[in-house]
Amino acid sequence: MSAYKGDGVILMEDKIVVKNLDLYYGDNQALKDVSIVMPEKSITAFIGPSGCGKSTFLRTLNRMHDLLPNVKILGRVLIDGQEIYSPDMDVVQLRKRVGMVFQRPNPFPKSVFENVAYGPRIHGEVRKHRLNETVEQSLRGAALWDEVKDRLHKSALGLSGGQQQRLCIARLLAVEPEVLLMDEPTSALDPISTMKIEELVTVLKQKYTIGIVTHNMHQASRISDHTAFFLNGELIEADDTGVLFTRPADKRTEDYISGRFG
Amino acid sequence: MPRKTSWASVNDQLTRYLFIGCAVLVSLVILSILWFVGQQGLATFRHVTPLEFFTSSRWNPDRGQYGILTFIAGSIGTTFIAIVLGAPLGLAGAVFMGKIAPSSLRSLLRPVTELFAGIPSVVYGYVGIVVFVKIIRKTTGSATGFGLLAAGLVLAVMILPTIISISEDTLRALPDSYEEASMALGATRWQTIWRVLLPAAKPGILTAVILAMARAIGETMAVQMVIGNSPLFPHSLVTPTSTLTSDIVMEMGNTPYGSTWNDALFMMSVVLLLISLALIILVRLGIQKGEAK
Repeated sequence: MSAYKGDGVILMEDKIVVKNLDLYYGDNQALKDVSIVMPEKSITAFIGPSGCGKSTFLRTLNRMHDLLPNVKILGRVLIDGQEIYSPDMDVVQLRKRVGMVFQRPNPFPKSVFENVAYGPRIHGEVRKHRLNETVEQSLRGAALWDEVKDRLHKSALGLSGGQQQRLCIARLLAVEPEVLLMDEPTSALDPISTMKIEELVTVLKQKYTIGIVTHNMHQASRISDHTAFFLNGELIEADDTGVLFTRPADKRTEDYISGRFG
Repeated sequence: MPRKTSWASVNDQLTRYLFIGCAVLVSLVILSILWFVGQQGLATFRHVTPLEFFTSSRWNPDRGQYGILTFIAGSIGTTFIAIVLGAPLGLAGAVFMGKIAPSSLRSLLRPVTELFAGIPSVVYGYVGIVVFVKIIRKTTGSATGFGLLAAGLVLAVMILPTIISISEDTLRALPDSYEEASMALGATRWQTIWRVLLPAAKPGILTAVILAMARAIGETMAVQMVIGNSPLFPHSLVTPTSTLTSDIVMEMGNTPYGSTWNDALFMMSVVLLLISLALIILVRLGIQKGEAK
């Protein structure tokens, strides 16, 4: 199992390597000595009870905590072998490579087209035909094109929750990231929208390295290749999803996945 | 089922009538102001044609000339200068306070801004005389320094609190998720503010600007102190002129009630009221449009 614990040699296919990560909100330690590896072009699910640190952990991977005061982070996070917390890291470039989808769909109050075109625009694309292409490709990539192609220039806020979440994924794909981080992307959605997003995620893993936080253990077992279990800020166990859900090494993991707490 | 009138339901009824009564009273006060001012004002047109009144810039009550174009130009001109200078500055202040300044600095700046709104206008006028008018006299070679520019500058400062506080409230009321989403796509803070937050806050910012315009066009004391108070059409930014408000306040006390001169001043108040009313309607439309989105 320890291959995923990040204490071995760094392999080429290890997209993200985290070593001894501690995170403090003020005096409160939210992550304790977390070490983990996320292999390239695979889905890693992060499970655990509320407040266990799984979302906090996900947000360390694209430095979203930079937006908050009083957060202290120790330890190392390497993406493609590059230290993302080193002082000469370009955070803007990092976030372009490591994109994020949030728990609640958060489209901008703009048209569908402008939402998707936003990323390319801020990264300097001004050519109209290139923007048109990117928007169509991204919406197709997020399995949303057929539903919105006739209303590209209407407000994105008129879409259903599930469509909005896929729009947020399309908006992300438009900046051509390498890693997709998803923070409980289906928790605000109905079962059918959830199913569509799950199908989409399994397709996306052919091109992207995906980290997904979920409350739903069935979701984790359905779609992920690897699963990491967090409890009270500690990474208890990380392994192939099949192994973790059938033969967990730690008693606490077993208790959690069998529904004895959480 | 027995009918029982509980104290609570009586109380409920009473409260209802109390509120309705208050609303009616307030409406009555406003309507009677409109009626009184309107009636007095319209009496002007027994002696002056509306065409002359609105399109002539000759204001010579002694010779029976009542053209208020100068004052309209003065009011609109000062307001325009105030908005052009004050709105970008105020908006920049709002962005800084709402989105850039650390919370400790913000908690200092916010009350200071509110304090600005509480300074009596005569103090602004005094500052206008000793600072702006003096500078204008030195830099432009104008004989007095009084005029549209001085009044516009004073008004630009006076509308800052309105613009800052309303725009800042709007910016802060935007969901954090907009900012997060933008940052997570690799946008810089500046791009996020300029391309996401400000467009999203547009209805509120528009409201702020229009309310500021209403305040600027209605301001009397501070303007009267620096405008020069001469009924000459403002051919330059730095020659003495007058606005609707400053002329009303200067002349109202000297005119006998019921004279054409006095009526004309009332009519100028009506014009002022109509401009304010139009601005308030614009605010409403702006808000509705923002909500409809």
